[in-house]
Formats: sequence, C-alpha cells, structure tokens
Amino acid sequence: MTNFMSQWVYTPVVKDHFMNPRNIWQEGENFEADGVGEVGSLACGDQMQVLIKVEDDKIADLRWLTYGCASAIASTSMMSEMAIGMTLKDAYNISPDMITNALGGLPEHKFHCSVLGDKALRAAIDDYLEKAGRENPFKGHIAKVICECKLVTDVQIEDLVKSKQATTLEQLQELTEYGTVCGKCEDQIKELFEEYKHIYNV
Amino acid sequence: MEQHSIYLDNNATTPMHEDVIQAVHEANLLYGNASSMHSFGRDAAAAIEGSRAAIASLIDCDPSSVIFTSGASESNNTVFNIFREQIDLGSKRNRIVTTTIEHPSINELVKYLRNHGYKVDECPVDKEGLIDLEVLKGYLADDVALVSVMTGNNEIGTIEPIAEITKMAHEVGAYMHTDATQAIGKIPVTMKTWGVDYLSLSGHKFYGPKGIGVLAIAPKVPLAPFVHGGHQEGGMRAGTYNTASIVGIGVAAEIAQKELEEESKKLWDLREKLRKGIEERIPNIVVNGSQEHCLPGTLDVSFPHAEGESILLYLDLEGIMVSTGSACASGSLEPSYVLLASGVDIEMAHGSIRFSFGRYNTEEDVDYVLEKLPPIIKRLREMSTR
Repeated sequence: MTNFMSQWVYTPVVKDHFMNPRNIWQEGENFEADGVGEVGSLACGDQMQVLIKVEDDKIADLRWLTYGCASAIASTSMMSEMAIGMTLKDAYNISPDMITNALGGLPEHKFHCSVLGDKALRAAIDDYLEKAGRENPFKGHIAKVICECKLVTDVQIEDLVKSKQATTLEQLQELTEYGTVCGKCEDQIKELFEEYKHIYNV
Repeated sequence: MEQHSIYLDNNATTPMHEDVIQAVHEANLLYGNASSMHSFGRDAAAAIEGSRAAIASLIDCDPSSVIFTSGASESNNTVFNIFREQIDLGSKRNRIVTTTIEHPSINELVKYLRNHGYKVDECPVDKEGLIDLEVLKGYLADDVALVSVMTGNNEIGTIEPIAEITKMAHEVGAYMHTDATQAIGKIPVTMKTWGVDYLSLSGHKFYGPKGIGVLAIAPKVPLAPFVHGGHQEGGMRAGTYNTASIVGIGVAAEIAQKELEEESKKLWDLREKLRKGIEERIPNIVVNGSQEHCLPGTLDVSFPHAEGESILLYLDLEGIMVSTGSACASGSLEPSYVLLASGVDIEMAHGSIRFSFGRYNTEEDVDYVLEKLPPIIKRLREMSTR
C-alpha cells in the first residue's frame, strides 16, 4: 500500500516552539523592562514586541508578544532562547539566518515576513541605550554594504524607510544614489526596500 | 487518546460519496474508447451519455448543452476565451463585465486580459459581498459582450441574484455566464429559469471525482473549439473521454439532485449551530458575508488579534481542518482579495477562518470545534501584541 502520510508544515523544532512558545510575556505578569522594541503592524499580519532586562550589558531576561503566523511565533520564541544571557553586542548581531538555522529552516516565502524577532530585539536594545543616554556602539557594526559603488548599507536603507524619509524607491535613490553607477545592486535593494516597508508598515 | 479528524473545508474540496467511489471503480473497467464504434466503445459512450443526462437534469438544461471539462477553472477560462476570440475578430461588443470576488480562475484571467489590452470591468460588491444591481447597471451598455458573476462565493458564501443579473445582461444584449461551482448541491441551480448562457461547475465540490467538470452552454450562443484535435464534445473539446470520472460526476449529480433539500437544510443547521456557538463563547468576533443570502454550509469568521494561519494550525493539531484568508497561508503579503473587496478590514482579513460544512459533518463535529476553538483564540490573543 502506498504511504500517503504527510510531514507537518514546518520543521519539528518550529512545531515545538509554536506549540510551547518560550518566554512569552504572560497577561498580568509584572515585567519591568529596561528596553522595549516593536516592529511590524497588524495590517501586514505580523507584529512583535520585545521587552528586555539588562544587567552588566547582558540580556538578563526577555519577554515577547507576537501577532502572527506559526513561523512568526516560533522564530520569536527561538530568538528569546538565544538572546537571554547574551551580551548586548552579541544579541544585536543575531540575524534572521541564525534564527532560521536554529529552527531547522523555514520556507523561502516565510523567511522575510515572519522572522522579525531580531529586529524587535535590536529595537529594544536601541531603546535601552537611548533611555540610558548612551551612545549606540553596535549600529555601524552590523551594517552590510549592499550598493558597493556608493557604499549604501542595509542599515542606512532600514533607517530611511523606518523614518519615512524614503517612501519610494526613487526617493531612496535620490537620498543614497544607490544603483547609479553599475546598477548591479538594484534587485537586492528593491527586495530589501519592500521588506523594510513591510516590517515598518510604511 | 482518540484521534479526531473533523473536515470543515468542504468548499476547498469534498470527499467522494461512497456510491461515486463504487461507480468510478466499476467504470474504470470500461476501458473502450468512447469514440470507437465497437461494443467496448459503445459501452463507454453509453455510460458517458447517462452521466450527461444526469448533469443536465441537475442544472436544468438540455443534455446537448453539457460539455465535460477538467473542472471549473477550465470552464471559466474557456468562456472568457470564447469572447476574447469574438473581440479579436472585431466584435463591436468588446467589453467584459465581472466582479471583484470571482474565483482566481477568473480574477487572475482578468488581470491577464487587461495586461493584453482587453477591456474588463470588475463590478464591486457591498459589505455582504452582494452585488448592488443599481451599481451593476452603471457597468452595462451595448458594448458589453459578456457578464460573468459567480452564483455563490467560495470564501464568504454570498449568493448573488443570478436571475436578475442575467435579465439585465440580456437587456443590453450581452451574454451571461455564472460560475456555479460552490452552489451545486447546496441551492437549486437552474440554467433555464435563470436564463444563463454559460455555466461552470466542478465535480469535486459535490462529492464527485477531482479533475472533472462541466461547461454548460445554452443553444445558439457564441462557441469556439477550446481544445483542437478531435470530434469529442461536438468538436469543442478534443481528447479521449475520461470515462470513469465522467461516470463519477454523473452519480454525484444524481445524489446532489435527489438530496438537495435535505442536504441544504442540514448544512445550514450545522452552520448556524457553529455561528451561534462561536458568538456565545468567543468575544469580539465578526461573521463575514451575508446572513440572508448565504450558501448553507459556509461560515467565515474574523477573530481580531489572532492570526489566521496560527488559528488554522492550532486547529489542525486538534484534528480540525479549516481554511483562512490570512496572507501567511497564501504565501503572499496580501490577505484574501475576496474579503478586502467585501469591505473587510485588512487586520480582520488576516484573522479570518472559513468553516465549510459537507454531508459527512455532524452536530458532534460542531460541539468538538466549540470545545477546542475558544481556548485557541484566547491563547493567541494573550500572546498577541497589545
């Protein structure tokens, strides 16, 4: 007889984190956060809040809330396990790839929209440093150059989208001059731009 | 622990009726090519003609109107292509009017045709997914070749006034098509009384086999061969007859016709039991679509602050199978266009779940859903950003 049994939609690790999410901020739980970060929106179907406690420049504890699909829930849960105990610097460097790998992989179309935990965590660290009146020493380090001719980084694009200075690709090009020399980066920038627009609900 | 399997996705597809399975199995032995003159061929042809008569009886048309296709998507595409050809040949009637909530096999085709320079208008619907006849009137004029409106919507279940729309289409000299796929076996579907010129349906939505459907074409309307290469179906659609599936859809049609009234009432009662149960047990929900003009087995509900894919997968882990209008489940960033076109807020669309009942569902199924669903929604809402 032919075997028609299917696998679950996502990996067993995703399933485990979806069914038993770690470090959720429970209703009524008193969690005095040192920093709070929020990304996404209800309209785009994914929204995330991350709350952190910081001791000796380490993530002492973390709670999160997520409105989103199974992979959004699982990836935030995984991020929370990874981040607790990390130095702020290491936590700031958690990438979507690291979370996805720890989950045993995610379908391609889920990768961009649902892995927002790292961004919410960075937003929480930004918030913590700002409240503490400290310089943000991490921002520059995580930037990746996307347009090599004009040295435009992903962080730059993210900031311009987040602050609504660039709401169209034309504005982004005016502000950064990306793609005006060899043009090789255009597809990648377009993709990033759409992703940030989605994340920051622009 | 007892493993539950509660299938509430009958608008996506239905299981084959046991009589259909039996008939398909037997018809698989009729291996003669129905186009052959010898006795094996004639046996197959007779079985096919029996099925054609059953379909004709179900949708109230002449057997000669029934053309077998691979399903409603093919039937829908075919109707539009017939008129595309008319337009290409220089017809002064060069506009097609349809709606914003049609099945993707029309909705996507509309985009394609527009990209290729054809004039296609999509009439909007109201908050219940219903066409306002006054609004539709504004789209109709003597340049319209075809009006295409679905009988009942697959997501929210809204039933459109096809007889009235057909009358309006004919008044401006246009032909009328309806995609009746979701309505078959749930409400009376009558080509002759409604006056429609073309009607699509699909076998697997009413307990027939997958991969078999019908395009019914009234006498004396525009027609063009859509698969060239053989004399089958009056030369309109070439290809060796799929005897077993055709027999299967015929048996399904007989059952659908015989049990329509009883089935329709049963589906509505189950739908209403679930609707009332959800309204009693879960705060802050919205039922989408029309309460008055609704296919009996369809219930579409939005749960704000709980995302559709997560609801679907938590329900699936409990053995309950449904569908969602959330973007996450579609692989795109946009939620269901049907819900958005019906004025459903984008956040509400992300949190929508469609429960669609079928003949094998029971009241116990509804009780089980009402036991499992509320804690899932509560849990997701607690987990959600606030």
